[in-house]
This record gives sequence, C-alpha cells and structure tokens, in this order.
Amino acid sequence: MSIMALTPPPIPRDGPLLRVDRLRQWFSSGGFMSPRLTVRAVEDVTFEIGRGEILGLVGESGSGKSTLGRAVLRVTDLTDGRVVFDGQDVSTLSKRQLRPLRARMQMIFQDPFASLNPRMTVGQIVGAPLRIQNPGISRSEVEARVGDALRTVGLADSHAERYPHEFSGGQRQRIGIARAFVLAPDFLVADEPVSALDVSIQAQVVNLLMEIKRKLDLTILFISHDLAVVGHVCDRVAVMYLGRIVEIADTRTLFRNPRHPYTEALFSAVPVADPSRRRQRILLKGDLPSPLAPPSGCAFRTRCRYAIPACAEAVPPLAHIGGGHQKACIRDDLALQPAC
Amino acid sequence: MSSATVAAAVLPNRRLAGTSPRSRAWGRFKRHRLAMFGSGVILVLVFAVIFGPMILPFDPLHIDLRHRFAPPPGNGHLFGTDQLGRDLLVRLLMAGRISLTIGFMAMVVSTLIGTSVGVTAGYYGGLVGTVLMRIVDAVLCFPSVFLLLALAAFIKPSILTITLIIAATGWMEVARVVQAQIKALRHRDFILAAEMLGASGRYVMTRELLPNAAGPIIVAATLTVARAILAEAYVSFLGYGIQAPTASWGNMLNNAQQYLNSAPWLAIFPGLMITLAVTSFNFIGDGLRDALDARMDLT
Repeated sequence: MSIMALTPPPIPRDGPLLRVDRLRQWFSSGGFMSPRLTVRAVEDVTFEIGRGEILGLVGESGSGKSTLGRAVLRVTDLTDGRVVFDGQDVSTLSKRQLRPLRARMQMIFQDPFASLNPRMTVGQIVGAPLRIQNPGISRSEVEARVGDALRTVGLADSHAERYPHEFSGGQRQRIGIARAFVLAPDFLVADEPVSALDVSIQAQVVNLLMEIKRKLDLTILFISHDLAVVGHVCDRVAVMYLGRIVEIADTRTLFRNPRHPYTEALFSAVPVADPSRRRQRILLKGDLPSPLAPPSGCAFRTRCRYAIPACAEAVPPLAHIGGGHQKACIRDDLALQPAC
Repeated sequence: MSSATVAAAVLPNRRLAGTSPRSRAWGRFKRHRLAMFGSGVILVLVFAVIFGPMILPFDPLHIDLRHRFAPPPGNGHLFGTDQLGRDLLVRLLMAGRISLTIGFMAMVVSTLIGTSVGVTAGYYGGLVGTVLMRIVDAVLCFPSVFLLLALAAFIKPSILTITLIIAATGWMEVARVVQAQIKALRHRDFILAAEMLGASGRYVMTRELLPNAAGPIIVAATLTVARAILAEAYVSFLGYGIQAPTASWGNMLNNAQQYLNSAPWLAIFPGLMITLAVTSFNFIGDGLRDALDARMDLT
C-alpha cells in the first residue's frame, strides 16, 4: 500500500469562505466619572461570502460599513456574534492565535496617504508582511517578492528604494494593494479603495484589483458608497443602514428590483447617463439618527416615506424573499423604483 | 488665487527636494541660522574640552599661591587664575568635560526612560496609559530643584549619581511629548495595517511608531541636555553636586561668590560657559523642531 493512500483526503473546501452570524460591535466611552455611552456601530449582522465572490457593502457615512469590515478581520474584539473564516471560528481567537490567519486575510485602505508609514521605504512597506509572517525569511527573497509585487501593480523594482511621499495618490494606492496581496491572501477587505482617488485613476485601480482577484482567486468584501463602482465589480451587494444590513441580493436583482425603501433612495441618487430619462429623486430628510440612541423598531422609519405606525414597533428581521434576496422591511406592498 | 492654493502648488515641489526624510530635514536645519550657530559653538566646546587640557601647559589642580588672583590675561594665564593660583582656563575646560558629560549622559538616561514610558502609555492607552501618565504628572508637580537637593543630600555625590539624579527629574517632559505623539499616530491606518499583518506590540512600537516620533524625541532630548547642564550647575552651586577639587561650572561659580568684587572673572567665565552651552543647545533644539516637524512629512 502506498503512502499516498494512507494520507487523508484533503478537507473539501466547500461552504462559504466567510460566515458572519449576528455580529455586534459596540463601542463604549466614558465609564469612570462620566456617564457611559455606547455606540452600537454594528448590530445583529448576518451574511456569508462565497469563495471567489465579491460582496459589495454600501451605505452612507456612519452606517457602520468600515466598522463591519474591521470587525470581520478581527481588528477589534467583537461584542457579540460569530465570524467563521474558512470553517474556523475566529470570533474569540487571541491576537497570537490570529497571527497565522493574518496571512490569509488582508485589507486595502481608503486613504492612501494615511495607510503607508511615511518613515519607511516602499520596499520596507511591501516587505513588512513577508517579514512579520516569516521571521526567518532571507533578504534576497523579500527583495525578489517585493519586486514581483511592485511589477504586478504597475510599478518598477526601483521604486522600492523610494518613500511614499514621492508618489501620487493612485501610485500609493497601488503600493497599498501590493502590500495587501504580497502574501497571496484568500480574503480581502477593500475599504473604499478608490474613493480617495481622482476619477481618472479610479478605473485603473479598480481594474488592477480585479486582475489580481482573478489571478489569486480572491474573495473580496468591497466597501464603498459609490454605487456605480459597486454595480460594476460586485457579484452581490449588501446595503447597510445604521449598523444593520437592510437588504442583500445579487447585484443585478438589487439594482433591478430593490425591495427596501432605503435602497431605493440610495439608487435614486445615482446619476444615469441618459438625459432623456426622467425619474424621481428621493431626497432623504434629515441626518442619519445617532447610533447612540437609535429609533425604536425600524431604524430607517424616521426618514422613510413609506413608514407606517407598525414600523416603530419591532426591528424588522432580515427575511428571505426568494432567490437569495433578503430585506428588512415589513412592507411587502411597495413598488419601488429600480436603479436602471 | 488664494494663499492656500499657492501653498498647495508650491509644497509638493519642495517635498521632492530630498530623497529620504532625513536629508530633507537636514536641508531645513541648515537654513536655521541660530541652530547652525549653536551647533558650531557646541562643536567647538566639545573639541576644546577634549583637547584643550592636553595642549595647555597647566595642571588644573596645580596650586601656585604666588600667582593667585591673576587677572586675565596675565602671566600666560589667558583667563587669569583663581584664589589658589590655578589656571582658570584649564579648570573651565576640565569643568566643561564634567558638565557636558553629565548633560549628555543625563539626556540619554532621561530620554530612554521618557521614551519607554511615553511609548508604552501612548500605545496601550486605557488603564496602563492613565496610570503611567498620572505618575508623570505627579513627578512633574514636585519642584525639581527641591527633589534634586533632597536626593543629592542622601546620595554620595559622584558624576554617576548626579547624572542619575538629574535624569530622574528630567524624563517627564520627554514622556509627555512622546506619549502625545504616539497617541496621535496610534490609530492611523498604517498602524492598523501592521496589526492586520499580525505584528506584535513590540514590532508596532519600535518599527512603526517610534521612527515617526523621532523628531519630537530628538528635540526634547536636545532641550534636556540644556536643562541637565543647568541642573548640574544648580546642584553644584548649592554644594551638593560635584565636589572640590574636581571642577564643574556650577561649583566654580560657588567658589567665585566670595570674590565677586575682587576677582569678578572667576564668576564671569563659568557663567558665560553655562550660558553659551545652554543657549546653544536651546537654539539647536529650536532648529531641530523646525527641521523635524512631523507635519512636513506626515501629509
């Protein structure tokens, strides 16, 4: 009998890469000598991301998109709920236990000026993941892999000697991307990766990201408030409002057939490149309510034009309405305006 | 065009002037005249105290009662002699060795203590940070001259103990500056990026945070040298510091008190040396503050 027959078969890699179950992320301030305030940044969020999938996460500023992205990567200690990464529950792992997993999950940041250490050369920045994850790695191997990474993102080997301030915003974002994938991760959280860039550069960076995604078979959580970009790159989209996911569906379904009033309002703000088409702009009144004191029942009811008294009674659950489409709205009788 | 847009148009070009942050900082430092003057004075002073006593034909401890109180410049004694006929210049230089050594060593010790406390407090924050910074505040509240004298009264004075005593009263300023800087940098995305890679707290503190706090640390350290030289002068002037016959600028001033009328040069020269050294270090500190201003690099 050969040795091959004795080794167990590889664990089948099926099921979603990431499963988030009733995740809560609260932040408290004060406590000693001052009243304790609790911000419920992320509240009861449940979703999955399949392998190789790009899930978009949209919502206005303050809706908890970035907090959710960071919680999923276990940058913070979760208040409640579970995050299961590739079958492994990571919700309560310590910093040390998380370390080996870090190589498989990475992040791209919004601000390409704040996300690169100004005192390090580009080579040091892109090489840091390799050094931290493999303490014994040789200098020549780091250099070779950094060079590969830089060339992949459209920079030259020689750029490794330079400092971040010598690059433009788009180039810096490329450096950030090189750092994120130099370890060949499986999962990437892209937190508004292009919103700080000039429109002319955005497409280049998005295309670069998609190219790398195909190459590494990446799974991506793509956080953005730019619906055009999200519609272009994402397989599925989740809409967040005040810390909760209010609707989630595959991109086409969501854009053609939104079922939550907030999604409709968001879509009405997307410009359409067709001057002959007229459609109603839905202007939301007021600001996002404070997450310190969210409204009772449905958090969106204070700004929703379809709100009825029943909306104030209970938080609407994120319910399946067929075809993987989920929405958190008690009104099933609405005919909402699509995005396109 | 508004001034803001002009600045925006000009600044990026200036940033491109050097390659590394260090060379750009050096460029800015060179434009600071007082700081260049201060550096020159300190360089001359350091060379003089190292090599001067070797060149001068006098022993700093050689007593020559026939030539006491020789006014400068007399009998080959360029700066005159003191009440025991010892050459004042050579004593000033020997005292300079002591005073500058104590200044530098106290700076190194207090910068090390202050930086460690500041980085730890700034990085961990929360309870650890609060406790550490309250300790800093408590020590800072204590009148440092009193603390210096109280400590000096209990501990046998020597260069090492005086250095440690001065360092013990001088590290808080550094700790505060570093803590503030680290706290400000702590939540920047590049720190988050390092933590996302599984970097340890030690890695983040020493590799990512500390280099970005180098500017303020260097500035605070330079000003600490000035303060340490002054502190040594206080303690020695009050008789608790460096003991005769070893000379320090402070105890030379102490000796000179009795002869202020008859031999004023005995007080003037050590006083000048202290002033020169302290102001030079302060000028260098100012220049470094401008040159290393974090805002120039942290866009």
